Amino acid sequence: MSSLNGKVPASNGARAGRMLRYVDALAEAVAQEMERDRRVFVYGLDVDDHKRIQGSTTGLLERFGAERVFTTPLSEDAMTGFGIGAAMAGMRPVHVHIRMDFLMLCMNQLVNMAAKAHYMYGGAVSVPMVVRCMIGKSWGQGAQHSQGLHSMFMHVPGLKVVAPSNAYDAKGCLIAAIRDDNPVIFVEHRLLYPTEAPVPVEPFVVEFGRARVMRRGEDLTIVGISNMAIECLRAAELLAEAGIAADVIDPVSLAPLDVDTIIQSAEQTGRLLVVDNAWTNCGASAEIVARVAERPVRNRSIRFERMGFAPTTCPTTPALEQEFYPNPSRIAAVGYRLVRPGDGKWVPDPRRAELSYQVQFRGPF
Amino acid sequence: MPDGALRADAETLERLYRKLYLTRRFEEVVADIYPTDKIKSPVHLSIGQEAVAVGVCDALRADDVVSGTYRGHAAYLAKDGDANAMMAELFGKDSGCARGKGGSMHLVDIAHGVLGSSAVVGSTVPIAMGYAFALQREGRGRVVAAFFGDGATEEGVLWESLNFAALHKLPILFVCENNGYAIHEPIEKRWAVRDLIAKVAAFGLPASRIDGSDVVAIRAAAASAVAPMRRGAHGPSFMECTTYRWREHVGPNADFDAGYRSRAELEPWAAADAVTRVGAMIGAAARQTIESEVDRQVRDAVAFAEQSSMPASIELKTHVFA
Ligand SMILES: Cc1ncc(C[n+]2csc(CCOP(=O)(O)OP(=O)(O)O)c2C)c(N)n1
Ligand SMILES: [Mg+2]
Repeated sequence: MSSLNGKVPASNGARAGRMLRYVDALAEAVAQEMERDRRVFVYGLDVDDHKRIQGSTTGLLERFGAERVFTTPLSEDAMTGFGIGAAMAGMRPVHVHIRMDFLMLCMNQLVNMAAKAHYMYGGAVSVPMVVRCMIGKSWGQGAQHSQGLHSMFMHVPGLKVVAPSNAYDAKGCLIAAIRDDNPVIFVEHRLLYPTEAPVPVEPFVVEFGRARVMRRGEDLTIVGISNMAIECLRAAELLAEAGIAADVIDPVSLAPLDVDTIIQSAEQTGRLLVVDNAWTNCGASAEIVARVAERPVRNRSIRFERMGFAPTTCPTTPALEQEFYPNPSRIAAVGYRLVRPGDGKWVPDPRRAELSYQVQFRGPF
Repeated sequence: MPDGALRADAETLERLYRKLYLTRRFEEVVADIYPTDKIKSPVHLSIGQEAVAVGVCDALRADDVVSGTYRGHAAYLAKDGDANAMMAELFGKDSGCARGKGGSMHLVDIAHGVLGSSAVVGSTVPIAMGYAFALQREGRGRVVAAFFGDGATEEGVLWESLNFAALHKLPILFVCENNGYAIHEPIEKRWAVRDLIAKVAAFGLPASRIDGSDVVAIRAAAASAVAPMRRGAHGPSFMECTTYRWREHVGPNADFDAGYRSRAELEPWAAADAVTRVGAMIGAAARQTIESEVDRQVRDAVAFAEQSSMPASIELKTHVFA
């Protein structure tokens, strides 16, 4: 078993593995853990239908049977409590939600029970449960199918929150989440599902609380959360064409948060841009900037910028939806301003930026 | 399983046919347009289920109110929601009923008594009940009809709402559009007890199960449920309308090749199709007039949507607060 933090390893031989899609990495991680540990089971709306949660539960029913892979009624509140109870009794539930928005129906059980049981019962019980959920985007997902609500869970002691941005971390984090003795909110993104990375065949864990430096540069630190890590990498390419070198950091795990890696980089560059796949208000970006500002040792001053969803509800019309999200072009423009504040307004060549846009997902769902 | 013959006077049948044909035609046109990517919105078609919304809404007054789901095209149109504004909403245009901000899953037309629909299953049911409370206090005999699927009955909020509505005798008609599936999961995998009506009755509501392709029976049941509500103090009623979704859960296509259900399952429902049956019962001349008028109405709606403009950037930040 290996724990590979730092750069996503390049493919070199069987150990580093083959190229694997994010969606397949999720399914593989769960299958390997179910194989290893009979206490693991997977449940949630539609985990066993032919679409298999966009493919992320593919193969599980065939391999492990309906006793360990089953759908539920539309009863998210009760089904969350059910998982907590089973976890307290020693099982290892993986509860799957096709959209993160539906976690709002689970809030009482997650916040008041799962997060607190270990503490308020004085360590007498634990809740080793994973809540998988997917953030939607594009094709009119709109108000109630597009929200990144991770900061709500980061707020609560007793919950761990991870948001992997690539197939490697998806597998390693999901295995780590299943083995963790605490409730873990596992945040996925719909548009990451088809993206590929080299992923080892054998099981491995990506430890929580260790950020990943995706790219090195001395002028600017960019932190990208969830899907935004990928958009930030593209932004960094655009900035490189303008002669600006960015450090790009993916926190991977949001609670616990590896703020040290971010501080180290920001102390070197003197500039920190945090881009979240969520609103900025009281969000992960606010937390990261606050913790960097509070760093005990300050060798230099750091200038900050934050980007995230527009402070509105997500509109369905593509005309407004494209302005709702940060994109590589806008991220690069803000980064440029941070590095060269006196240099007037710079925007990347739209033709180059267009190339860097994430491939649009074609609906209906 | 559908059964029974339709019996109603000619005028009623013609009125019902106009609505049935409109909802069917509108959605067929949406399905035809869909591959062009002009409608970038998840669409949950009601094709096959139209009779439920049409029958219930025919028993309502213009100033009554309906509340629906993401599968809400039929309820919107049956309640006389503006067809142009609906098509424009699907196209994401600023003339849409939600100004392009809501899409197919969030149709609204307050002027015609269509409360906004929601994509979170069950979430509109208590809101419809609160609206019914306000209408009760208003005292003008208006009522609310709340549509939801069989899947919504698995959410605690549905039962909490039934209890409260019965307790306070609120003027609300709960209408469960039971199409046997929640996405691809059949009821057998979701309900321990099949008898929904018995469960509901235990909460103190009159409840009945009705063949959802019998538009006349639905209309009659809705009419007799709402009449005493209008006089006050009678309280809510519940209708379970058995019906069948002909297309995929979301999207424009059929999905009988997906493996979770068979085409044979569709056959009795297709044979009992309200659009076909009612169409065959009215006079040929009346039918032709209705169809050509509705065809034009739908064509006009498409033209209206095509010609409308996309919302200006400033719209992104309007309506966050009232
Ligand atoms: C609270 C909630 N849970 C899950 C979903 C995902 N989902 C969307 S539609 C649906 C099935 C609903 O079935 P039903 O109520 O029978 O309505 P139908 O689609 O059959 O009309 C599910 C599970 C959701 N939108 N909201
Ligand atoms: Mg249903």
